[in-house]
Amino acid sequence: MTFSSRKNTLRLLSFILILLVSVSYSSVGLTASVELKTEAPVVADISFEVATANLMAGNYSDREKAIKILLSVDDERVLPVFQRMLKSKLYYIKKTKQLVFIEKTDGGYKTTSILNNKELGLFEKNKLKKVKVNNKLRRLLRSYIARLGIKSTDVAVRKAAVKQLLKNINEETIAILQVLDKQETNSAIKELVAAGVSIWNLNSNDKTVQLAAIKALSKSLVPEVKVKLQEIIENTEDASIKKAAINSLKKIDSKISTFEFLENLVFGLSLGSVLLLIAVGLAITFGVMGVINMAHGELMMLGAYTTYVVQQMLPEHITTSIFISVPLAFLVAGAFGVAIERFVIRYLYGRPLETLLATFGISLILQQLVRSIFGPTNQAVQTPAFMSGSLEINSIFAITYNRLYIFIFAIVVLLLLMLILKKTKLGLQVRAVSQNRTMAKAMGVKSEWVDAMTFGLGSGIAGVAGVALSQLTNVGPNLGQGYIIDSFMVVVFGGVGNLLGTFVGAMSLGVFNKFLEPWSGAVLAKILVLIFIILFIQKRPRGLFPKKGRGVED
Amino acid sequence: MTRQPFIVDFLQNDKGGKVFISILLVLMLVVPALNLLVPADSFFHIPTYTVTLLGKYLSYAMLAIALDLVWGYCGILSLGHAAFFALGGYAMGMYLMRQIGDRGVYGNAELPDFMVFLNWTELPWYWQGFDMFWFAMIMVVLVPGLLALVFGWLAFRARVTGVYLSIITQALTYALLLAFFMNELGFGGNNGLTDFKDILGYDLQADTTRASLFFLSALFLIITYFLCRFIITSKLGRVVVAIRDAEDRTRFIGYKVESFKLWIFVLSAMIAGVAGALFVPQVGIINPGEFSPLNSIELVVWVAIGGRATLYGAALGAVIVNYSKSYLTAAFPEIWLFALGGLFLLVTIFMPKGIIGLWNQMRLKLQEKKQLTTENKIE
Repeated sequence: MTFSSRKNTLRLLSFILILLVSVSYSSVGLTASVELKTEAPVVADISFEVATANLMAGNYSDREKAIKILLSVDDERVLPVFQRMLKSKLYYIKKTKQLVFIEKTDGGYKTTSILNNKELGLFEKNKLKKVKVNNKLRRLLRSYIARLGIKSTDVAVRKAAVKQLLKNINEETIAILQVLDKQETNSAIKELVAAGVSIWNLNSNDKTVQLAAIKALSKSLVPEVKVKLQEIIENTEDASIKKAAINSLKKIDSKISTFEFLENLVFGLSLGSVLLLIAVGLAITFGVMGVINMAHGELMMLGAYTTYVVQQMLPEHITTSIFISVPLAFLVAGAFGVAIERFVIRYLYGRPLETLLATFGISLILQQLVRSIFGPTNQAVQTPAFMSGSLEINSIFAITYNRLYIFIFAIVVLLLLMLILKKTKLGLQVRAVSQNRTMAKAMGVKSEWVDAMTFGLGSGIAGVAGVALSQLTNVGPNLGQGYIIDSFMVVVFGGVGNLLGTFVGAMSLGVFNKFLEPWSGAVLAKILVLIFIILFIQKRPRGLFPKKGRGVED
Repeated sequence: MTRQPFIVDFLQNDKGGKVFISILLVLMLVVPALNLLVPADSFFHIPTYTVTLLGKYLSYAMLAIALDLVWGYCGILSLGHAAFFALGGYAMGMYLMRQIGDRGVYGNAELPDFMVFLNWTELPWYWQGFDMFWFAMIMVVLVPGLLALVFGWLAFRARVTGVYLSIITQALTYALLLAFFMNELGFGGNNGLTDFKDILGYDLQADTTRASLFFLSALFLIITYFLCRFIITSKLGRVVVAIRDAEDRTRFIGYKVESFKLWIFVLSAMIAGVAGALFVPQVGIINPGEFSPLNSIELVVWVAIGGRATLYGAALGAVIVNYSKSYLTAAFPEIWLFALGGLFLLVTIFMPKGIIGLWNQMRLKLQEKKQLTTENKIE
């Protein structure tokens, strides 16, 4: 057994944990509301009602004029109109000539007035007429939506708007960007704006300005920059500019490849943390007790369904429900685990292959049980607000919050488990029984009770893993099946009876998988990992960190 | 000890085997006869559907015997044996696919429909030769055999045993499942191979072809049984059983345990391949689902339920479980998984030797009682 004296590992893990928490805090973006005035040509003080009425004009060029006029109307209702129009959801009622947003329902088209958001009732399709847009208008609308979006107080909307503007930089957009450059406080958006200004400066006639712009762009990771630089390299005749551009491009490329590497690493670690969660319970039941629990996946499924049920009971408090789900899932799955141990596995110790079959039978029964109670379809489990969204490091590298939290969660679970095994009386007894059952019994350890508790602990952790999985995948009766092989691979790869091995195994398999993926595709990557493990087992039949000492052969 | 000729040994000692073979011989002749010769409205007529269903069960029985050979006699619990079955099935499927010729939806004489659909212009190299029946039949045994050889050589040489072996065999079939789902691999992806028209020029839908396939399934099952029986009663068989019971001891005595294991494993994979090849023309489809780990585990249960290390027990288990599956999934679809799961538990906890073991136990008790009563009478 290698649970003893692993202080260094614990220290390392807690360090990683602290690091992660600090990163997640320090990079919460600075939000500030910005008031902007666009430089669009002001035609006249036309009211929203009048301006929109022009949209119903017969031909595209009239509509284009109407859109341009509408842009100058200072009204918050303009943006939704543009957005719906772009999605072809802006209609008007033929009879009354009222402009409406439509929503398709079973009974017909639900209409809401664009003027006051009042519902005007259901209409047949032939009573409505679409405000048609062509590609030219769509382009126009996109850039206008971006211009209006810049005024938004929401950082994400503003950012998207700036990104949209960067796609087509001309005199108009650059004017907007220059204004924004002075007012913007969010550093990420500032970076985008600066890139936009530099891209514009590339067109300058002044060579020094051009060179400065090229140099400035080498720091930018905006996708458009690369395209522009490539254009320059192909078209310019000036040798020094060409050289500068090639230099900048090289810098960008090396930066991008660094971030791609980082991205693969983070995705790999995130996949690894999922693998860790699903395998760590198995590391207890399989590793410590030597019981092959094929129902492990179904215990995770029970955890996921517990999350679902708790959410159904507390539909108003999704965030709270997650925190309630974790201990509850532990109890539910743990109780099932103890029951499985008491009624089935107890009779099969020393017969691993029979245990495998019996627990597989249990997994089928649990699957059908859930199917009979909740139905065969997947259930929708909601993601709490704090877990949605993503942490954007720069324009090509972002980590979604659910990945981050699940990583932290997996580490916490692992640490807690290590603590239980090292510091509690139960942990001591578990280690004693797994090392030498007879001797432990002679010392007065109730080995049967310890077996049941150990199995319950491993199963409970499977349930906790299920809560995390409910945030990542569909919650359905087949949830467990998809993970059971993966979790066994992790445990076998890492070495049986060793939590550190499980940790290293899970993380390295996750990273390995993600680094293969861009090169081979997701399915092939998985196949390659499986083949790798099959070959690895030949070299080290007992995994990365094998059990040492006496009693290895039994 | 002088060894009796195999057939003498079989007639004298293998009671269960004799019953099994007799039943099979009767089925082999009677079922096709009742299907083809008896008019359809007669009470004794067996519909073609039933003939095909029985043929399917027999191919499953063959697969079960293949697994029993490695698990029951050699102690290797393969959780990926259905992979060999599916590979054999795919080899047969490829032959049947080529036989379709230009009768497919796209009417391409050279390429199967799904390749035309993928815009492929020529046949991949690994599809070459499958238009010839003899070549396909060689592949039916060669491909599973080769895979088993490579996999077994790697695993047994490194002394991967017990649970670890079970888990990596499961990984093997899982990897194959994922691979065969890929369209680019050229085996029809998700849909697999289907829409077969004829085999060796005979229409697959015809009653006579169906009956002949059933006859062949029974025949091959009999051959398989004799082959396996011959092996396990030979000297090699004794060594294999010794490996199962005490691997290290056998090794220390001086036997090359790895070679014996590999031999049995490869043979078993080949038998599984043949079973797959008999399965596909009767069922009319082969798709990646056959590789799913669940199938392999279900297969283990057939053997466990019938009774390990008896060969005919495995066949019996396959037929019983599959019959109840056909019945239950149609009559009470909700119940099936409960029943299957319950069977797993029941057999592993209460009947470790399966139905055959239970039967033997009961017979033994009866004999004891008889003996006691006769002894009492004498007194």
